[in-house]
Amino acid sequence: MRVEHFLEESARRHPDKVALVAGPERLTFAALDGRASRLASWLHAHGLGRGDRVVVFADNSVEAVVALFAALKAGGVFSLVNPSTKADKLAFILGNCRPSAFVTQEKLVPVAAEALGQAGFAGTVLVAGDPAGLAGAVAIEEAQGWDGPAPTGAGIALDLAMLVYTSGSTGFPKGVMMTHRNVVAAATSITTYLESVPEDVVLCALPISFDYGLYQVLMAAKVGATLVLETSFAYPQAVLERAAAEGVTGLPLVPTMAALLLRLRDLAPGALPSLRYVTNTAAALPPAHIARLQALFPTARLYSMYGLTECKRCTWLPPAELARRPDSVGIAIPGTEAYVVGEDGRRLGPGETGELVIRGPHVMAGYWENEAATEAALRPGPYPWERVLHTGDLFTTDAEGFLYFVARKDDIIKSRGEKVSPKEVENALYQLAGIREAVVIGVPDEVLGQAVRAIVVLEPGSALTPLDIRAHCSRNLEDFMVPRSVVVADALPKTDTGKISRRAAAELDLARANGRAA
Amino acid sequence: MTHAIEAEIRAFIDENFLFRSDQDAIDAGASLLETGLIDSMSVLELVTFLEGRFGITVTDAEMMPENLDTIAALTAFVARKTSLATAA
Repeated sequence: MRVEHFLEESARRHPDKVALVAGPERLTFAALDGRASRLASWLHAHGLGRGDRVVVFADNSVEAVVALFAALKAGGVFSLVNPSTKADKLAFILGNCRPSAFVTQEKLVPVAAEALGQAGFAGTVLVAGDPAGLAGAVAIEEAQGWDGPAPTGAGIALDLAMLVYTSGSTGFPKGVMMTHRNVVAAATSITTYLESVPEDVVLCALPISFDYGLYQVLMAAKVGATLVLETSFAYPQAVLERAAAEGVTGLPLVPTMAALLLRLRDLAPGALPSLRYVTNTAAALPPAHIARLQALFPTARLYSMYGLTECKRCTWLPPAELARRPDSVGIAIPGTEAYVVGEDGRRLGPGETGELVIRGPHVMAGYWENEAATEAALRPGPYPWERVLHTGDLFTTDAEGFLYFVARKDDIIKSRGEKVSPKEVENALYQLAGIREAVVIGVPDEVLGQAVRAIVVLEPGSALTPLDIRAHCSRNLEDFMVPRSVVVADALPKTDTGKISRRAAAELDLARANGRAA
Repeated sequence: MTHAIEAEIRAFIDENFLFRSDQDAIDAGASLLETGLIDSMSVLELVTFLEGRFGITVTDAEMMPENLDTIAALTAFVARKTSLATAA
């Protein structure tokens, strides 16, 4: 089984059922599959070969969904890039995975043009909307109207299906390699515990460049459910009205979206009478939010989950356990294993804290062209032929084997459900003349989970203001990485070896905040 | 009246969000979200500002792009809300 078979099978089983709703567009499975097939033959005719990469830089849209399935049908590998990514990082990704084709949308043409130029990109460029401004680019509408022969022999399930770029502690993104078999295994496991059915209508306001959003697309295609795709959660009331009108049965959230929903003043229980389940991942929901979500959506089961891009999803808490262990992220997803090991690699017992290890068919094939990072994350498993995923997260278990998140081993910040590498933000800060030293930490935030804070020491005579510094960051980093606050300090705490200590800076910052509160 | 409201809204957006884009002046009819001038988190900040500065209450039903997503819409929305408040 390959990932594009999800869509092809569903189109065969119920061609006239609505597969995708996005903005004013409603596409049936037959229409979606047809568009993807035509784009696949166009890509094939324009040189996309087996294993070639297709980078898709776009908002949640019909075109992005069509492009990812088209890439697979043509035997290629897709990579979806967050639309708020800036030119430098996009150029890095293009340089890293060297795609043959690049798909974007009219609104993003200026950023795309800069990145393509910087990367010296010479492949095929497709644009949803007007391609003016990108030399040689073709309108995706034109390519979707292609009537050439369909590509044959796309490949087998062991082939690479996608690259998902994720923040690394070094500050440079790493491409997580997922084979078709990995994706099929993860999607099968998740739809098993969610008890997904073709009658489901899932509303996804998460960016599909984020694997949690992407899997909503893939799993809906797999079970033959309808996916309602929203471009943002900026207006939760508008999203809720859409959800009610579409009879939504599944609502994937991250804690920030839950917090935004719960800020609505007039939201009454029963607003979504068809809702069957709500899922949460990326970080734990506060117990008060769990209680309020359950009151608002009395028909829905609430799933607490935990995962990493490197294996898509690690654990799920069966909803029946939520009242008993609200802090637990549960057990390994079906068909996989999750266990805690000590420094020496031995499995630990209940109550002991160690690193979480994941074993199963969903574990990535490695990081794209990054042997060192791959070796650090994938270590020898119980059998000589297998490798298991060391998550870098510290966990403990209770007597019945339920898992609890303790802390991360590195300094990665989780904000709005996305991973932020402090190093990547610090690298951007150091590019600004006038900044002598910088450290980036996460501070607790009711809505964001953690908010990104920069603490900087300025060069003598520098007149930089916090707003200047945030402005600089916003020109160089994705939205979710831009510091929400900037503190100008006289000095930063150092370690014995003279390195800036992020941990000491965070402790100092907390002490300052407590001092103010007291 | 509406000129004063528009000026204040522009000043707030300039001060807090304009750095997100390289555009100098925002077209009064341009979508703030589509142009990337504000992100999903910023809508909350914008509403907090409107409520604090103009003494209005933005209900859930009013928290919609029709009222908040362009400078023209924001200005008209605030003018309508404040004149209602004065009338009452």
